[in-house]
Amino acid sequence: MTLIYSFLFSGFICLIAQIILDNSNLTPGHLTSMFTVLGSILAVFGFYDKIIEKVGTGANLLIINFGNNLTNYAYLGYLREGVLGIFKNMLTGSSLAISATIIIAAIITVFTKAKD
Amino acid sequence: MEKEEYLKLVKELTPKDNKFKNYLYAFFMGGLVGFIGEILTILLISLFKIATETASLWTCLIVIFTSCLCTGLGFFDNLVSKFKCGLIIPTTGFAHSIMSTSLDYKRDGLITGLGSNFFKLAGSVVLYGILSGFIMGIVKVIISV
Repeated sequence: MTLIYSFLFSGFICLIAQIILDNSNLTPGHLTSMFTVLGSILAVFGFYDKIIEKVGTGANLLIINFGNNLTNYAYLGYLREGVLGIFKNMLTGSSLAISATIIIAAIITVFTKAKD
Repeated sequence: MEKEEYLKLVKELTPKDNKFKNYLYAFFMGGLVGFIGEILTILLISLFKIATETASLWTCLIVIFTSCLCTGLGFFDNLVSKFKCGLIIPTTGFAHSIMSTSLDYKRDGLITGLGSNFFKLAGSVVLYGILSGFIMGIVKVIISV
């Protein structure tokens, strides 16, 4: 059942993004930033965590989850260590996506060439 | 034909048939990414007997690796320009943007090319994500107190 939810939710978000992209002057860069900010807003009341619980990995893979993680871990950091914890803990949840992308991209760049 | 008339004609003729196709492609491809991710997670859970959260992190890693590799091999650009948001909004878009800029600026040298342009496209996501995450984190703290 989560398979169908994953497909529908992930597709639905991409559909919304495509509709915005086609009917405005925004670039994909605007869209990804917008959806990240949207994720951080949705995290305030914990909406997105509930969605992830229901939908599974389909919701986990979207860029919205990046913003969601940032807000959630900033909050967790405050609970643990106060104001310092916000800065210390904020990137914890998104660390995997950022560092994995940097490392993998750097390694693969060494071995491949841009096509002309 | 007058230039304005021509522009009007172009505007009338081009987008209509493309838009619906774009929506369909984006929905299908975005859904497929989520679907494959979920299948991978379920497989990992049943194969290695790990917790759901760990499994979905592994899936994220695999998806990032796959999209970086496909960009490096050269056929991911065509897919992105065809399916657009279906591949931009999932993590694949983040990986693709970093990978494609790093490939493009590789020939300009390690520091001035690769290093300084690495986050050219993905930088906005990181910047505004962290800014809004900080603000919303504070809002969440205030609300929960």
